[in-house]
Amino acid sequence: MDTLSLLLAASIDAGTAIALASLGLLLNERSGIVNLGAEGMLLVAAIAGFATVVHTHDNFAGFVAGAAAGAALAAIFGVLVIWLNTNQYATGLAASLFGTGVSAFVGVPYTQESLGEHPASAIPGLSEVPWIGPALFRHHPIVIFTALLAVGLSWWLSRARSGLVLRGVGESPETAHALGYPVRRIRLACVVAGGGLCGLAGAYTSIIYTPLWVEGMTAGKGWIALALTTFATWRPLRALAGAYLFGGVTMLQLHLQGEGVNVPSQLLAMLPYVATILVLVFISRNPALVRANMPASIGKPFYPGA
Amino acid sequence: LKTDAHCNLARRPLVAPLVSVALAMLASSCKKDDPTGTAPAVTSAAAASVDRAPLKVAFTYVGPVGDAGWTFAHDRARKTAAEKYGAAKVTTTFVESVPESADAERVFRDLVDQGHQLIFGTTFGYMEAMLKVAKEFEDVRFEHATGYKRSKNLRTYDSRTYEGAYLAGIVAGSVTKSNVLGVVASIPIPEVIRNIDSFTLGAQSQKPEVTTKVVWINRWFDPPKEGEAAQALLNQGADVLLQNTDSSAVLQTAEKAGKLAFGWDSDMSKFGPNAHLASAVINWAPYYEKAIGEALDGTWTTGQTWWGVKEGAIDLVSLSDKIPEPARAKVADVKAGLAAGTYDIWKGPVVDQAGKTVLEPGAVATDEFLLGINFYVKGVEGSLPTSK
Repeated sequence: MDTLSLLLAASIDAGTAIALASLGLLLNERSGIVNLGAEGMLLVAAIAGFATVVHTHDNFAGFVAGAAAGAALAAIFGVLVIWLNTNQYATGLAASLFGTGVSAFVGVPYTQESLGEHPASAIPGLSEVPWIGPALFRHHPIVIFTALLAVGLSWWLSRARSGLVLRGVGESPETAHALGYPVRRIRLACVVAGGGLCGLAGAYTSIIYTPLWVEGMTAGKGWIALALTTFATWRPLRALAGAYLFGGVTMLQLHLQGEGVNVPSQLLAMLPYVATILVLVFISRNPALVRANMPASIGKPFYPGA
Repeated sequence: LKTDAHCNLARRPLVAPLVSVALAMLASSCKKDDPTGTAPAVTSAAAASVDRAPLKVAFTYVGPVGDAGWTFAHDRARKTAAEKYGAAKVTTTFVESVPESADAERVFRDLVDQGHQLIFGTTFGYMEAMLKVAKEFEDVRFEHATGYKRSKNLRTYDSRTYEGAYLAGIVAGSVTKSNVLGVVASIPIPEVIRNIDSFTLGAQSQKPEVTTKVVWINRWFDPPKEGEAAQALLNQGADVLLQNTDSSAVLQTAEKAGKLAFGWDSDMSKFGPNAHLASAVINWAPYYEKAIGEALDGTWTTGQTWWGVKEGAIDLVSLSDKIPEPARAKVADVKAGLAAGTYDIWKGPVVDQAGKTVLEPGAVATDEFLLGINFYVKGVEGSLPTSK
């Protein structure tokens, strides 16, 4: 029972970076922009956050720096694809490669640098509840923030006027333009906000989750988040659940090994990917539903004058 | 969603288009010449004498040098050895983050091409690549750490890391409260299995009822995965962790969770001020000094070397105040015994996991026995992953 509670807690921690990035990308894509640069933004943010904490010893400053770095790279991407109408997929891939390379280059002096001590964080009161406390309420604030953000985004995109405008821009930028909404600026805001969330995910990875900097340390989380966004049919709560599922199976396979389960560890290492894909394919098996949720203008350039 | 390649941190380029970029980086930016003095090339050219030119020595590393761990230990020894002989006699170069794949072969060939006469490969996975390149260039000397394949210009060297693991085990056995230890293991080869076993034997010498849980991550260097594996072990009740991987992530995870752990390969005390019990370190410098010396005076021949506490290659350092006095004394005793050659870690009776006696009472393991260890001793839980 106790082990299960700890396993749940570890799963949530492991899924948080993917959840944050996935929510950011979801915001992007709801406005009609696909940013394949997620992995690059995560890595740039991871080194920016880590380096900031090394110099300032302030985790909060690290998160701000990480979010800013992710947002900055996203802004460059945004200006290129929204105003200059470059191909979103090619530009995103370029941003990803650029981020990977720049972070590796900048990060050389920080490789395996130490961040020092971390105070454990817990929500007073709730964290003392047996079983549930250790599982759900002994996390870093950013973990709690991620879960609340998913709920908030879900509400905002379906209920709030501004959320609906954003979706309108993603569905039919021409109509939104005709109604007088600044389509390009709205899209840029979404791209920058999405980059900021990817940045938080990167900073969480290098400051809290594995307090180290290593080249390529996000290990493909950006790509997983991209896939998750689509499989979750652009719904925040599904993306959150998918991310936790991925984290859960990641931890479970290590847990099974510790229990002495006789399965090749290479096979177990594959499980998170397989399980996440299977479940999400199952969820999104109805093509009509996927089409209904998919932002109609996704990936397509928008020319206001045309 | 081809994620497996992405997880293989620093060992393989991220995506196919990156291969060429990565190779270019290996060839140029990652490679750092580190002459310990001034412009040896010019003076040697002026001398116009081939045997007076400094010996060009190259080191290839599997990970980044960084601040701690396996590669860091090798690089520190490289510097020590280079300093001993001076830039007039020896120049050293290193290439870091060379993957254990076909890329390694290209790197070795490139190093030969640049005129290196003595080349060190510092990870098990370079074995086939080194063997192949060594056969092609018979006038170049190759040294392979932790391997077992040799030729007339390729020799192997290793350190008895299991001695460090055993010493760490003594400490772990003396401080564990749950009587469950955890090991984050890399790749199931005899070296790593031997370390898990020795760690367990050391702990059982203090507390016979201690058991060890093992999680394999199939990587030498993947800090996020190392941390996750450590977390999984802590969740299952392990309160002292050891890792046979290359980063400090396991120690840091223990620090976060308020549990205990060790440094491995190099002194890692700064990564977990509270969690750190001691660091099992490797000092490669004596061997590198010997190897370079032999290459310089022409006495270099093929063979194999396996050094431990006795030769100053292995030590347990930075012992924490948390270690009770009797355990400290025991560590000091065993160290002295190993140094004098009077103490045997692998001495019967040793029983394997299934209860079969592998060493009869009083029998001492030969090096051949140790090199082929492919079983868990009694007290290690789980089953061994089948390796190739």
